[in-house]
Amino acid sequence: MPFVATLGDAVTMPAVGPSTEPVIRLRGLRKSYGDLEAVKGIDLDVQVGEVFALLGPNGAGKTTTLEILEGYRFRTSGDASVLGHDPGRRDRGLQERIGICLQSTGIERYLTVVEVLRLYRGYYPRPRPVEELLDIVGLTDQADMRVRRLSGGQRRRLDLAVALCGDPELLVLDEPTTGFDPGARRQAWDMVKRLTGSGRTVLLTTHFMDEAQVLADRLAVLVHGEIVAMGTPAAVVGGASAVTVIRVLLPGDTPSVPGSFSGAVATRSGAGSLELHTDRPTEAVHELTGWALAAGVALEELTVSRPSLEDAYLALVGDTGEGHP
Amino acid sequence: MTVSSLIARQVRYENTAFWRNPAAAFFTFAVPLIFMVLFNLILTGNGSGQDAARFYTPAIVCFSIVNACYTSIAMTVSLARDEGILKRIRGTPLPGWAYLVARMLQAVLVALLLVLIVAVVGLVAFGVPLPVGQLPLLVVAMVVSGASFCALGLAVAGLIPNAAAAPAIVNATVLPLYFISDVFVQLDDSSVLARIGDLFPIRHLANVLQAVWDPTVRPFDPIDLVWIAAWGALGLIVATRTFTWEPRS
Repeated sequence: MPFVATLGDAVTMPAVGPSTEPVIRLRGLRKSYGDLEAVKGIDLDVQVGEVFALLGPNGAGKTTTLEILEGYRFRTSGDASVLGHDPGRRDRGLQERIGICLQSTGIERYLTVVEVLRLYRGYYPRPRPVEELLDIVGLTDQADMRVRRLSGGQRRRLDLAVALCGDPELLVLDEPTTGFDPGARRQAWDMVKRLTGSGRTVLLTTHFMDEAQVLADRLAVLVHGEIVAMGTPAAVVGGASAVTVIRVLLPGDTPSVPGSFSGAVATRSGAGSLELHTDRPTEAVHELTGWALAAGVALEELTVSRPSLEDAYLALVGDTGEGHP
Repeated sequence: MTVSSLIARQVRYENTAFWRNPAAAFFTFAVPLIFMVLFNLILTGNGSGQDAARFYTPAIVCFSIVNACYTSIAMTVSLARDEGILKRIRGTPLPGWAYLVARMLQAVLVALLLVLIVAVVGLVAFGVPLPVGQLPLLVVAMVVSGASFCALGLAVAGLIPNAAAAPAIVNATVLPLYFISDVFVQLDDSSVLARIGDLFPIRHLANVLQAVWDPTVRPFDPIDLVWIAAWGALGLIVATRTFTWEPRS
């Protein structure tokens, strides 16, 4: 877009609304690139203090949706409201209240960490103190290091710190922990939790189901530009599949096994493994262990598992592989 | 914070970053001086020493301004775009135009410093007097050409597909012009090449700077400044159409 478009940037007063008004409100949001419809009518509300995760394979429209909310893209149709502003207008008043961590963006590499934070803080009316920013992302020891000398993970943490410079009411994080080691990922999760504890709202995308499970109050799964599931992680898991899987290893000399337990068909697979799929796990386990005790069979490696968010996600996404356009 | 103070601190940070990139700083400052010494040595060997020094001091000042504004803006802005720095800035409350104005001001500061250095080297090494009496005209020329060549740099940055292609494209637009614009070689005003050079802004800046250093050789003609400003306006119009904040894939 032409850069003079910003000449009309106006400083608008923050919209004051009832506290129940969602931070993000989307209705019938659509975005087309020529013939390709990247986002096909999304309805979404994110409430104050919520962590909301957008999941979906690459090319599902997650980043496009985020970039519409951030003001980088203009929607083709539908309504969008972020903190009471229309993000398509690119109000300076809105940019002052949101913090953005894009998937990959450069940063002035000849400046030091502390200089970068001072520079970006200066853009905001009520910035966080530099020491606090360094502490939140754990870069206090690297404060005087030039950006170009930082490791990949340290740079990503600096991205987060830059997004937090303005003490934003809404933090938008596009795959914030990609490239983090497990320790750093857990620190980032703690950081996000602390932020939302103080009334901030977070919208994030991630490919890590454990991340969504731990962080998200609610989530939406996006496939081919449409929401196919939305709700709390537990509800999404439950909605996708209510089936519990019982697995057990039978010794080689096991006598004949009943064909079903409490209505659940027993499927045998190689090396003595037996699997039951049931929506009534209590009864099935009871019958299975009852039979085993009566028959004198030792059940090895008995597991009863609820489907994980990852199972539910894979069921929802189907065979939509990575890398679709 | 007012926009003007935002711009002022942005210039400060851009300037800090500029001096910490030794390669960029070296080429920006060393190349004009190398050319200045080379041209003088070559032509002193021809026995036209003092005339050559009088010609090349303002000519290299012209080269410095074009290099520091047009060339470096086109290259550094397309690099910042490729790296995603422009996109990040675009997500902050800093108005995009304020960021670009800051970058241009920083480029003009570098140009100013270069002009000073070249003028002093001209005096000390080649005995070319400083144009003290023409200082106001020099200031006007710097303002008009600084703004115009920066605008042209932005326009070309908008046409550059990626940072790797930037040096080739920028050099292709500017190097041939140095040869027909009284920067690297002095042409007869009535020659065909000089006439072609007259269509572009560099030769007009060279004319103004020759007038600054010695108005008896070439009197100042305001039309030269009008040409430069017109090219600058064209650059701004093109930039508004081609400039983008996001990397091009």
